[in-house]
Amino acid sequence: MMRLPPTLILGALITVFFAALAVLSLVWTPYDIASLSVSNRFQPWSGAHLLGTDQFGRDIASMLMEGTRTSIAVALVAIGIGVALGVPLGLAAAALRGSLLDEVIMRGNDMIFAFPSLVIAILITAIWGPSATNAILAIGIFNIPVFARVARGGALPIWTLDYILAARTAGKSRARISAEHVLPNIANLLIVQATIQFSLGILAEAALSYVGLGAQPPTASLGKMLSDAQTLTYSYPWLAILPGLSIVVLVLGLNLMGDGLRDALDPRLRRMRG
Amino acid sequence: MTRYLLTRALSLTLTLIVASIVIFVVIEVIPGDPAAYMLGLNATPEAIDNLRAELDLGGSMGVRYFAWITGMLKGDFGTSYNYRVPVAGLVADRIWVSLPLALLALALSTLIAIPAGVIAASARGRAGDFAVIGVTQLGIAVPNFWFAMLLVAAFAVARPWFPSGGFPGWDAPLSALKSLTLPAIALALPQASILARVMRSALIETLDQDYIRTARAKGLNPGQAIRRHALRNALIPVLTILGLQFSFLLAGAIIIENVFYLPGLGQLIFNGITQRDLVVVESVTMLLVFAVIVVTFAVDIAYAIVDPRLRRR
Repeated sequence: MMRLPPTLILGALITVFFAALAVLSLVWTPYDIASLSVSNRFQPWSGAHLLGTDQFGRDIASMLMEGTRTSIAVALVAIGIGVALGVPLGLAAAALRGSLLDEVIMRGNDMIFAFPSLVIAILITAIWGPSATNAILAIGIFNIPVFARVARGGALPIWTLDYILAARTAGKSRARISAEHVLPNIANLLIVQATIQFSLGILAEAALSYVGLGAQPPTASLGKMLSDAQTLTYSYPWLAILPGLSIVVLVLGLNLMGDGLRDALDPRLRRMRG
Repeated sequence: MTRYLLTRALSLTLTLIVASIVIFVVIEVIPGDPAAYMLGLNATPEAIDNLRAELDLGGSMGVRYFAWITGMLKGDFGTSYNYRVPVAGLVADRIWVSLPLALLALALSTLIAIPAGVIAASARGRAGDFAVIGVTQLGIAVPNFWFAMLLVAAFAVARPWFPSGGFPGWDAPLSALKSLTLPAIALALPQASILARVMRSALIETLDQDYIRTARAKGLNPGQAIRRHALRNALIPVLTILGLQFSFLLAGAIIIENVFYLPGLGQLIFNGITQRDLVVVESVTMLLVFAVIVVTFAVDIAYAIVDPRLRRR
């Protein structure tokens, strides 16, 4: 039995904790965050309001749960876009290495990398209207070249192996070899990359909703909570500290999990580091 | 070398052309009628027609694209609809906020990251290494705008050492520098964390090389071996990241400039987007993409000069 890296265990625990809160918020939150109650604003931490209330009297614990759900949902779907489009492109580029298609895919990738991603994301959400869906699109587009590059880089060395040659002499098409032999062998790389993109997606969603271009009220989001708290940071510090800390801990958990997964899945790296 | 330069220059030109087409399509084709988009829902048909005439939207897509590109090449970036002044002038004003801010952040990040990376790599597997790994792990996870909010609360409100926002202009150099300090720190934190990690792993990899063992065998102590042999080689990946970070800092300061009300390029483009001033958005986005692509190109060329192995790639 292989010993799991401690970073993996810690990261997974943090991630599962936030994921559980997010799932729980689908069916239950301590309070309904859509109901504003001015008489209840700026409540301190108490039994009734575990983490207090904000300037509109909304329960902060409930807001955090729902905000976490928004962040996770946006980042996850954005990864889905990146994987669904990027991985096939990367696999095709590797299968047809050196061809015009490979060249076009890789240059296209380079170009997307050259775009100031935040500017484009803000542009997309501005032109199509600010919403969680458009935030997903804006973040997802920049996941495509990342997964394409990782898939291509991982697939290239596999194409030189003997069992691929065997599969080709057996008459399998390049597409079938990519799906049946290459993809399972680069799954590790893709999983590690997905955790990294997950944490970047959380940060990007927070940034977009902070400038008002992410999920719109009454949907709670961690970035929006921060911009609501902006002018109150000094007088009511917890309003700014709690959502920020949630982002930090969640991102930290995902990054630790990514590092841990890489170590666990790639024994060579482990030896190099040890 | 000439051949390498030529192919790189060709690919640079192609990338710029494709990028400009993408920007043109996103801004002028996707919204449907740019004039109607800019004026919003309550615009009268006459107002839309007037704006269409003003923006010269009569011609075909191709004609408009070429008019835009040739104008950009001549330094004519169009006239802002909201400010009623040439975009080139707006950019020229604001570059004097964004460029110093990016340079300051880059300097801070380099000054922190390189020593931190060297300390971590030379203390590999020991306390110093774990401290650097832990702090950088945290630095990567902190959203820079949140860090900026906390900095303002701590060093502008609680202790009024720095202004909480705004920019006095370079006529008062000291207060100008002061108003860029907190934003630069906020921008530098995640950058420094990434850079320190790259520095650490590059140095660790270099320290495993045979020539370092040789250097140690001929009597250099670990510090000397790092200074004289390892550092120089480990700096190659670090410089790549630095090049990328510089262009990111120039374009990516949008949110930080908003937190601190700094009149920089990021704020110009953000206001352009929210006020639907497509002329500003189109030209400034193109300029930023141009800057990113050219910086990347320059970094590539610099390597090819420094390291002949890279030319064959």
